[in-house]
Amino acid sequence: MMKGDSPKKIFMMGIWKDNPVLVQIIGICSALAVTNLMLNSLIMGVGLMFVTAFSSFTVSLIRTFTPKHIRMMVQVLIIAAYVIIVDIFLQAYMPEMSKALGPYVGLIITNCIIMGRAEAYAQKNPPIASFLDGLASGLGYTIVLLIIAFIRELMGFGSIFGIPVLGEWWTPWTIMIMPPAAFFILAVVIWVTKNIQDKEKDEKKGEVVSS
Amino acid sequence: MIELNPFVIFLAAIFTNNMIFSNFLGMCSFIAVSREIPTSLGLGQAVTFVLTCTTIINYLIYHYILLPLGLDYLRFILFIVSIAAFVQLLEMIVERYLPNLYYALGIFLPLITVNCAILGVSLFMIIRKYDLLQSIGFSIGSGIGWTLAIVALAGIRQKLKKASVPKGLEGPGITLIITGLMALAFIGFSGIVQIQ
Repeated sequence: MMKGDSPKKIFMMGIWKDNPVLVQIIGICSALAVTNLMLNSLIMGVGLMFVTAFSSFTVSLIRTFTPKHIRMMVQVLIIAAYVIIVDIFLQAYMPEMSKALGPYVGLIITNCIIMGRAEAYAQKNPPIASFLDGLASGLGYTIVLLIIAFIRELMGFGSIFGIPVLGEWWTPWTIMIMPPAAFFILAVVIWVTKNIQDKEKDEKKGEVVSS
Repeated sequence: MIELNPFVIFLAAIFTNNMIFSNFLGMCSFIAVSREIPTSLGLGQAVTFVLTCTTIINYLIYHYILLPLGLDYLRFILFIVSIAAFVQLLEMIVERYLPNLYYALGIFLPLITVNCAILGVSLFMIIRKYDLLQSIGFSIGSGIGWTLAIVALAGIRQKLKKASVPKGLEGPGITLIITGLMALAFIGFSGIVQIQ
C-alpha cells in the first residue's frame, strides 16, 4: 500500500491538474448557484472544504473496518454528519448567510466532489494524506468559485465583497447575476484552463522528445 | 406568504423556475448523460418518478416524525437515507417483476441517488413551506422540467456532432454554453408566474 503522496503533489493535483470543477466537471450545481456574490462563494467554499477534508479523514480512518458493500451508505452518513455541523454553525452565527445559501448547504451531501474523493482517494490512503487531499480538492473548488463570483459580482453589481469599486458611472449588467451568465462564465473559465493545460502537455511532450 | 395553487406551482416548476435553468440542480447527470435523446428520456422519466415518490415520503417524515420530535436538524441524514432506501427498493422490485425495464434503465437507477435535484426538491419544499398538495405539484413539475431540459439538450447535442467546435471548448465547455443559451430562452417564460 502507498505511504501517501507528498503534500505538494496533493495540492497541485487538487487545485490545478485535477481540479474538480474545471477538469472533472463535478460539483458544479452549487458552483453555478451561489456565485452571484463573492461572500456567498467564499462561505460555501470554506464549508465545502471543511466537509471534504474531515469526511475524507474519517472515511480513511475507518477504511479497514468498513465492509465493502455498505461503504457507500457509511460514507453518505459521515458526509451528512459534517454537513449538519456546517448547517447548524451557519444558522447560529450567520443566519443571513444561511438564508442566502438556501438549500445549497444541505446539497453539499450530494456534491459529487466529496463522494468522489472518498471513493477515489480516502478509501486507499492514510488519514493525514486523505485529509490534505480533501482540503486540496475543496480549495480548488473554492478558487474556481471565487473567480466566477469575482466576474459576476463586479459586472453585475459593480462591487467586490459588497464594497462598491466601480463607482457611479458603471451601469450594472443585470444578466450577470442571472443564471445564463453563470453558465457562460463557467464555460469560458473551463475553456481557458483546457487551453493552458493542453499547452503544458505539449511542452512536456516536446521535452521528452528532445531529451 | 400567498397561498399558491398546486397547479400554478406545477407550471412554474416546469417553465419559470426550472430545476436546471434557474436552480442549477442535477447538473452532473444533465451534462454527462445528455448525448442521445432516448437515454435522456429514460433518465428523465426515472428521475420524475423517484422525485415525486421521495418528495411525498420526505414530506411525511418531516411533518409527522421530525417536527413533533423537534429533530429538525436531522433532516439531511433522514432525507438522503430515505432517498437511497427508496431507490434501492425500487431497483429490487423492478429487477424482480419488470426485467425488461430493469435492463433499459441500467445504470440510471443508482445514479439517481446522487442526483442533487432529488434532495434539492425535498429541501426547497421545507424552505418554501409547501403543504402536501403543493409539494406534489412542485415535485412532478420539477421532474418534468428537468426531463424537458435534458431531452432538449440531447437533441441539440446530436446535431452538434456535425459542427466544428474550438478544441478547448469541446465536451463540457460547449454544453455549458448551449445550456446558457437555453437558460436565456427560458427567461422569456418568466412573465407567466413567479414562485419563491
